[in-house]
Amino acid sequence: MEFIKVDNVKFHYDIDEEPGQQPAVNVLDGISMSVEKGEFVALLGHNGCGKSTMAKHFNALLLPSEGKVYVDGMDTSDEEKCYDIRKKVGLVLQNPDNQLVASIVEEDVAFGPENLGIEPKEIRRRVDDALKKVDMYEYRLHAPYKLSGGQKQRVAIAGIIAMEPDCIVLDEPTAMLDPRGRDEVMSTIKKLNKENGITIVLITHYMDEAVMADRVIVMDKGKILTEGNPHEVFSKVELLKKHRLDVPQATELVYQLRAMGVKFERMPLDEEECVEMLREVLK
Amino acid sequence: MSVLEVQNLSFVYGAGTPFEKKAVDDVNFAVNKGEFIGIIGHTGSGKSTMVQMLNGLIKPTSGKVLLNGEDIFANPKEIRKVRFQVGMVFQYPEYQLFEETVYKDIAFGPTNMGISGDELDKRVRSAAMFTGLKEELLFKSPFDLSGGEKRRAAIAGVIAMDPEILILDEPTAGLDPMGRDVLLSQITEYHKVRNNTVLLVSHSMEDIARVADRVIVMNKSHLQMFDNTKNIFARGDELAKIGLRIPQITKIMSDINGDSGLFSQGILCVEQAASEIAEVLKRRGKL
Amino acid sequence: MMRDVTLGQFFPGKSILHRLDPRMKIALLVAFIVLIFCTGNYFSLAFTAIIVALTVFFSGVPTKMYLKSVKTIIFIVIFTSVLNLLYGTGDVLWSWGFLKITTGGIRNAVFVTVRIISLILVSSSLTFTTSPTDLTDGLERILKPLGIFRIKVHEIAMMMTIALRFIPTLLEETDKIMQAQKARGADMESGGIVKRVKALIPVLVPLFVSAFRRAYDLATAMECRCYQGGSGRTRMKSLHLTAVDFKVLAFMIFVACSVILLNIFL
Repeated sequence: MEFIKVDNVKFHYDIDEEPGQQPAVNVLDGISMSVEKGEFVALLGHNGCGKSTMAKHFNALLLPSEGKVYVDGMDTSDEEKCYDIRKKVGLVLQNPDNQLVASIVEEDVAFGPENLGIEPKEIRRRVDDALKKVDMYEYRLHAPYKLSGGQKQRVAIAGIIAMEPDCIVLDEPTAMLDPRGRDEVMSTIKKLNKENGITIVLITHYMDEAVMADRVIVMDKGKILTEGNPHEVFSKVELLKKHRLDVPQATELVYQLRAMGVKFERMPLDEEECVEMLREVLK
Repeated sequence: MSVLEVQNLSFVYGAGTPFEKKAVDDVNFAVNKGEFIGIIGHTGSGKSTMVQMLNGLIKPTSGKVLLNGEDIFANPKEIRKVRFQVGMVFQYPEYQLFEETVYKDIAFGPTNMGISGDELDKRVRSAAMFTGLKEELLFKSPFDLSGGEKRRAAIAGVIAMDPEILILDEPTAGLDPMGRDVLLSQITEYHKVRNNTVLLVSHSMEDIARVADRVIVMNKSHLQMFDNTKNIFARGDELAKIGLRIPQITKIMSDINGDSGLFSQGILCVEQAASEIAEVLKRRGKL
Repeated sequence: MMRDVTLGQFFPGKSILHRLDPRMKIALLVAFIVLIFCTGNYFSLAFTAIIVALTVFFSGVPTKMYLKSVKTIIFIVIFTSVLNLLYGTGDVLWSWGFLKITTGGIRNAVFVTVRIISLILVSSSLTFTTSPTDLTDGLERILKPLGIFRIKVHEIAMMMTIALRFIPTLLEETDKIMQAQKARGADMESGGIVKRVKALIPVLVPLFVSAFRRAYDLATAMECRCYQGGSGRTRMKSLHLTAVDFKVLAFMIFVACSVILLNIFL
């Protein structure tokens, strides 16, 4: 079932809102895509390719200048539906420090459900449940500023989960984290998708994260460059390189060997797959 | 003689309180002039505290930092001079920009050194050039630049002091792959031209493998390893034990190599890996 | 260092003070401060001082922390008590030039010292034993009636919550920026007052820019979490007055009566 539908969306900032932006430049330039319920989609591209702007369209933080975005059948430009849409699509931002409101972890997680006017008992249940899902329950009484980046980001995710959305959009959630924090956040995201069936839209510039998705959409200069499952997308090494998107070293190695005349059937996405393929060739 | 040497360097946070914590514990190493040193380790391994002692921003609890053989804390009043000799670029350096124009901001460091006139102009422009900042950006407000440009302007502000030793703490954090790539090439280019000493702290093993001559591995406040980059990444199992990865290409090659000895140890780049594999296939007549 | 700020620091615990409803604690604190200033003689002053000591003792917070908060205002205490000492009336005990110490001066100095220190200690006991969120929560509910005077109580409480949340973050950031500017040779430790104030510009400008960026991000994050102001909002933790609250209230009434009686009869 189609959960989010983006129909030929164009977007430009008004001059008043963002000084320095040229009004004529479309940050999004005719984007059409859809996200199925339960899917894990990665939106990949450089800084400034429009992917973060796209993210803000999924929960009506921004409205298209042209075209339409539908969430579960609701038009995001319908003002009355604004909060219904935000209840269904939660957005996690890049900087974990700047999205936590309260000085205690569990109070912060409760912020969303409190805004929705939910019964105190039910909020308690949701907060505990959300914190357990991101593996932060034992930190529920800690102060956010004492946590590591990865932990803060998981608390931010819990704050969204507690609103029980169908879909979570994450805008470069790992860009400011160290490798350990990245692993924590990525495994949390995967778990939410696989075990809890939450639809995930992951916006990233890391290829090794995009590889984990069911489907990858590559954006460049406000347009969709290519899309498909990770194998399909990463086999277009030439196209990706032309747009200076980097490919995992495993993929790069097979690509270079292919150019030297070694026969491979497909492109590997991670090191295990690459090792397996190389062993086959070297046998 | 080594340009920078540390002896029994230790730092204790909150000494005498119940929160006492050893951040750096008895670290010893020496760096030669012109070397490119990579520093790796987990967040909290003590690497950030350690590098901040190298230019006297943090005073060691015990031990010495020797710059060209002289203790930098010998004369506490002269500590500012040390900071000009050992330039330090912090993580997310763009958050320190404050002047009206990029030019003035880059000039802040050299001006503090007492440089003015033509020499100042020359330094600002050459620093901007090294970091790939276009001329026309110099007279814009730093706050109107894009994220990547801000980062470069901030790094230029340190390079303009023309330090003998340049320390960069995660200069590529948060940049996209293209920005990372460009910035790293600029740093290596700068290193080559100026022939000074660079210390690069990074979480990206791929970046370290690409640029460093030698690598310092910090773990739990200790210096765990210090060796040539190749030798360090050949010790993948040991690094894995302290929770550090090795570059993907190194891991792949060491996995297919096993105990066969077909390929060299500690392969650091895709090109070398590809040519070694092609070599083996040719020898076996498969290519 | 800047991290030594103890104001508003919370020590989790299970003491009787921790278990009190924050509304009750705030109300009792206000009442008790009024009472401290109503003490009319040494006996009632000593009595309130004993109550303060008991509060400190039963709060389950290390005494060291209280000493630290007194230390921050010790200069004001000494300054005001010396002033009071020298500008009293009554029998002159000692004089030197225009300076003279009188019985009235001594009395005033003792009163002012004990009162200020008591004030700091009981206020600290509130912030030490109440989590910041409970504190703002309690304030919001106590001040709710002010809503009829068009005072936006919820908004004020929300601002306090956010301020409390971001103070440590901004302190840490200030520290980082200072280090970064020092690395570029900024000199913040020497020179006269004008030079020092000027030296702060490279720290304050980035700090403001960053605070605005954070505010913008936070506003976005709050919108994403359906924040629409105070109306229609529920709270996870509802506050209840329990037996402990009424016992402490009864005790406070007893204390107040005692102070009044001591004032009148001794």
